[in-house]
Amino acid sequence: MSFKIIGTGMYVPEKVVTNDDLAQIVETNDEWITKRVGIKERRISETEFTSEMGAKAAQAALDNAGCTAADVDLILAASVSGETVSPSMACMIQNRIGATCPALEINAACAAFLYLLDTAAAYFALGRYKKILVVGCERMSGILDWSDRGTCVIFGDGAGAAVLEQGSNYLDVVCTVKGGDDVIKIPHALGCSPFFKTEQDTPYIHMQGQETFKYAVSAICDDIQSLLDRNGLTMDDIAYIVPHQANKRIIDFACKKLKISEDKMMVNIDKYGNTSSASVPIALHELHMSGNLKRGDKLILTAFGGGLSNMACLIEW
Amino acid sequence: MVQEKIIEMLAETTDVDASEITADTKFADLGIDSLDITEMTMDLEDEFGITLEMNPELNTVGKLVAAVEALVDEA
Repeated sequence: MSFKIIGTGMYVPEKVVTNDDLAQIVETNDEWITKRVGIKERRISETEFTSEMGAKAAQAALDNAGCTAADVDLILAASVSGETVSPSMACMIQNRIGATCPALEINAACAAFLYLLDTAAAYFALGRYKKILVVGCERMSGILDWSDRGTCVIFGDGAGAAVLEQGSNYLDVVCTVKGGDDVIKIPHALGCSPFFKTEQDTPYIHMQGQETFKYAVSAICDDIQSLLDRNGLTMDDIAYIVPHQANKRIIDFACKKLKISEDKMMVNIDKYGNTSSASVPIALHELHMSGNLKRGDKLILTAFGGGLSNMACLIEW
Repeated sequence: MVQEKIIEMLAETTDVDASEITADTKFADLGIDSLDITEMTMDLEDEFGITLEMNPELNTVGKLVAAVEALVDEA
């Protein structure tokens, strides 16, 4: 027993920030950002907290599935940019959508939506729940150093969600964690303890660009190849790949390494930037809404991020 | 062999004629960015079965060739 996806939803804030807009803030330009990461614009929240965006995506997914909050047995949410550490974004979303079920948050950075799916699969295997709502929600603009042109141009805000129901469409998963903070990290704010003496980096995203690129490409390629090999499949059997939207160059280079056609890759980073845990469900929702998915299609979702944590799963639509 | 391979990769990436690329050529002068260098590094790793640490001091063709050759010799 695992699950099938019966609904998807997304929400992004109204404000569109273009590369030209960013050129007014930091020394950069549209050509550099487009060539370097493949992003043309991103959505940035002016008033909405992370859990508000998460709740709107969650409600959209419930509507899409033809369900109400009362039908949900468990909420699993992920975020690295919530407005509170406690309550968790899952609890805040539960409250905002009017659900009464258990709710908990899982942190696996940009790979977190895949970890939510795998955790949901484990709960379904227990037979305890019939419907689980999974939500990735981020206000990345709140954890960026807006004077660092290397990172502030990459990220965007938004949320994506899916409603899962008991089923058998979650076919396989590969997972790797290589713990360490030397490639990607987001430190917490230092706090004001009069006793703590250790210095810490600023509470913003810190990334080693080249090492992140190498790790990401290897994660995508190794995880996809493992899933294909373990299941006796070739890329011809896969309708679409939905990758974490970290950088278009990462996706393009992974396509070249895997020798796959770019039209199998769902890409929307040009519109939203990297929305961390929200990127996979947002991309999945847009693929769903495109009408190109057919029941029975095999999909691979793949994501990677701070941890370092990566995961990929094979699902049947 | 390593130098020929690296020059061939650079010529493909940049459209600069291979005959104009030498051991002294700096990557910055070819107009390629750090991600181009990372992509080339990963291709070299696959080609020669090595693992190459990203190092900003490897900023010329000759220095990269020497680093790759040292790893190939070790293997």
